[in-house]
Amino acid sequence: MASITLDRVGKTYPGGGQAVTDVSIRIADGEFLVLVGPSGCGKSTLLRMVAGLETISTGTVAIGDRVVNTVEPADRDIAMVFQNYALYPHMTVRQNLAYGLKNRGTPAAEIARRVDEAAAILEIGAFLDRKPRALSGGQRQRVAMGRAIVREPAAFLFDEPLSNLDAKLRLSMRGEIRLLQKRLGTTAIYVTHDQLEAMTLADRLVVLNGGRIEQIGTPMEVYRRPATTFVAAFIGSPAMNLIPAQIADGALTVGGVRVQLPLPSGLDGPVTLGVRPEDLQPRRNGGDGHLTLDVSYVEDLGAQRLVHGRIGGHAMVCTLPAGHAVQDRLFLHADADALHLFDVQGGRRLT
Amino acid sequence: MVEDRPWLNRLTHLVLILGVLIVAFPVYVALIASTHPATAFSTGVIPLWPGDQMWENYSLMMGSGLSTAGAPPLAGMILNSLIMALVIATGKIAISVTSAFAIVYFRFRFRQLAFWAIFVTLMLPVEVRIVPTFKVVADLGMLNSYAGLTVPLIASATATFLFRQVFLTIPDELTEAARIDGAGPMKFFRDILLPLSQTNIAALFVILFIYGWNQYLWPLLITTDASYYTVVASIKRLAQAVDSVPQWNLVMAAVILAMLPPVLVVVGMQRLFVKGLVETEK
Ligand SMILES: Nc1ncnc2c1ncn2[C@@H]1O[C@H](COP(=O)(O)OP(=O)(O)OP(=O)(O)O)[C@@H](O)[C@H]1O
Ligand SMILES: [Mg+2]
Repeated sequence: MASITLDRVGKTYPGGGQAVTDVSIRIADGEFLVLVGPSGCGKSTLLRMVAGLETISTGTVAIGDRVVNTVEPADRDIAMVFQNYALYPHMTVRQNLAYGLKNRGTPAAEIARRVDEAAAILEIGAFLDRKPRALSGGQRQRVAMGRAIVREPAAFLFDEPLSNLDAKLRLSMRGEIRLLQKRLGTTAIYVTHDQLEAMTLADRLVVLNGGRIEQIGTPMEVYRRPATTFVAAFIGSPAMNLIPAQIADGALTVGGVRVQLPLPSGLDGPVTLGVRPEDLQPRRNGGDGHLTLDVSYVEDLGAQRLVHGRIGGHAMVCTLPAGHAVQDRLFLHADADALHLFDVQGGRRLT
Repeated sequence: MVEDRPWLNRLTHLVLILGVLIVAFPVYVALIASTHPATAFSTGVIPLWPGDQMWENYSLMMGSGLSTAGAPPLAGMILNSLIMALVIATGKIAISVTSAFAIVYFRFRFRQLAFWAIFVTLMLPVEVRIVPTFKVVADLGMLNSYAGLTVPLIASATATFLFRQVFLTIPDELTEAARIDGAGPMKFFRDILLPLSQTNIAALFVILFIYGWNQYLWPLLITTDASYYTVVASIKRLAQAVDSVPQWNLVMAAVILAMLPPVLVVVGMQRLFVKGLVETEK
C-alpha cells in the first residue's frame, strides 16, 4: 500500500505527437482514482507510464517514496488488469494466478494460501483447474482480478477492465471492484471512458482532454462545479446544456430573457451559460426570469422524460419526472446556484 | 460444404477415392513386389497379388544388404537417415524459433539487416549453393560425418518467418502481463512463447523431418564411406546393379522400408500437425 505521485509527467511518442502533457497528481494511500476522458486523450498512456510499460518522457512518477521512472514493471509493486484480461491461455486458472508469485520466488505454501484466498474472495474456486478458454467473459474478468490480488501489490492499475462485458454484468462487477478495493485498502488507478463508471467508482476523478488535466476532484465536485465547458459536457448524462448568453450592466440575458444571478463583478460581454437538464424546473406560467422552451420532441426513458427543444434558437434539453404533461411550450426556471458561467474563448469557469 | 446434395456428395467421394487410388497404386505395387522372389519379374509382368517371400526379402535387406550393388544393410542406413532427419528438424526449429524471438521482441541495431539476411537464406537452398558448400565442408574435414550431413542443411532459418507470424499473433497485453509478473525475456520465452507455439512446432517438425529424410543430392555428394550412407540416397545404388538385372523385389523392400519412418511420424503427430496448421485461437 502506498501513495502515488505524478509530478509534471509528459509523454512524447517517437514519431507521434505529445500524448500526455504536464500531468501532476498526488494519489493518497488507499484512494480510488479514476482517469476519465474521451478516446485518445492519453488515459492508457498515463496508466502505462505508472505501470512501467511505457517510458516517461518528462517528469517523475513515484510510488510511495520511491521514484520509479527507471524501475522495471515487475519491481514497481503494482498489478494491472487489462481490458482483454491477458490471461495466459496455456495455463490453468491456478497457474495464471500463481505465475507472478512463482517468478518472485514466493514459497509454494504461501502461493497456495494466497491463491486459495483470492479464489474464495472472487468465487472462482470451482474452476481453478480450467484453462481460460473454458471460462465466460465474466469469469475471465474475475481471474484477471485474482491475478492482481494475489500479488498483494501497493497499487492496482485497471485499464477499462469492464468494457468487454455486457451491460448487466458490468454493473455488478463495478460494484464488486469498488467493494474489493475498499476492503483491501489498496490504492487504485482506474481508466475508463464511461463517465457513469467514473462517477460511481471514484474517490476522485481526473478528467483528461488531449493529454492534459481538465479537472481533478471528487465526483460531486466535478459534477457540481465543472471547471471547463469540456468537463461540463463530458460529465453527467444527459450532458449539460451550454448556450451563449450576454452579460451587460451586471445582468445576464439568455434567449432574450434576463436571468437573476449574483454575478461576480467585472464581467461583461458574451459568456457561455451552462445548466444541467435535471436542474431545470418546469413552471406553470412564464414569469420574471423564466426561460421559454419551444419543445421539439420528447423522449420517454421510463423514470423520466427528456424534453428536447430550443431557447432563442439554441438547442436545450431538460428532464422532467415521468408523466409530466408537455405542451408545445415549456416555462423553465433554474436556481441561481445551478447556473454555470464559462468564458467563451477558453471555456474556463467564471463563477 | 454447407449444402447437402446427395449426388454432389457422391461425386465428391468419387473424385476423392479416385485420387487416393492414383496415389496409392504405385505404393501397392511396390509392397507387392517386395514379397516375391527375384524370379517373379523375369517374365516382364508385374504380379498384383502378394507372394510368399516377404520375410526373406526384408530380413535380407535389413540384415546384410545387397553386396552386388555395394549397399550395406538397411538397418544402419535407416539409423543414419533417422539421425540426419532428427538433427536437421530440431536444429532448424531451434534456430528459427530463437531468431524469430529476437526479431519480434528485441529492438537492437541492425534488426532490419538481420531480418533481411535471414530472408536471403530462403533464396539459397542447398542445391543452389552446393559447390561452395561442398568446398567449405570438405575443407573443414566434415566429409563422411554426421556433422557434414546435417550442419549445412540446418544453416538456414526458413522457418523463422512462420514463428515470426505466430509471435505477432500473440497479443501485446500478454507480453506486458508477463513483464508485470516478473518474467524476464528468457522466462517469457520458455514459459509463454514456447508453450503457445507448441502446435506450430509440431507441424514444422513433421515437415522438416520429411525434408531431412528425403535429402538425396547432398548425402550422395558427401558420403563415400558406406557407414554414413542414408536410405533415400542409396535406393539409386540398389537399382544400379552392375553385372545383372536389378533385383526389383529387394529394391522395393528397401523403398517400403524407406517410406515407413516418415509415415509413422505423420501418423503419430497427425493430431498436433493438423491443429498447428489450422488453429488460430491464441
Ligand atoms: N505506441 C504509440 N505510438 C505513437 N502514438 C501513440 C502510441 N500509443 C498511443 N499513441 C497516441 O497517444 C494518444 C493517447 O493514446 P491512449 O492510448 O493513451 O488513449 P486512450 O485515452 O487510452 O484512448 P482509448 O479510450 O481509446 O483507449 C493517442 O493520440 C494515440 O494515437
Ligand atoms: Mg486506452
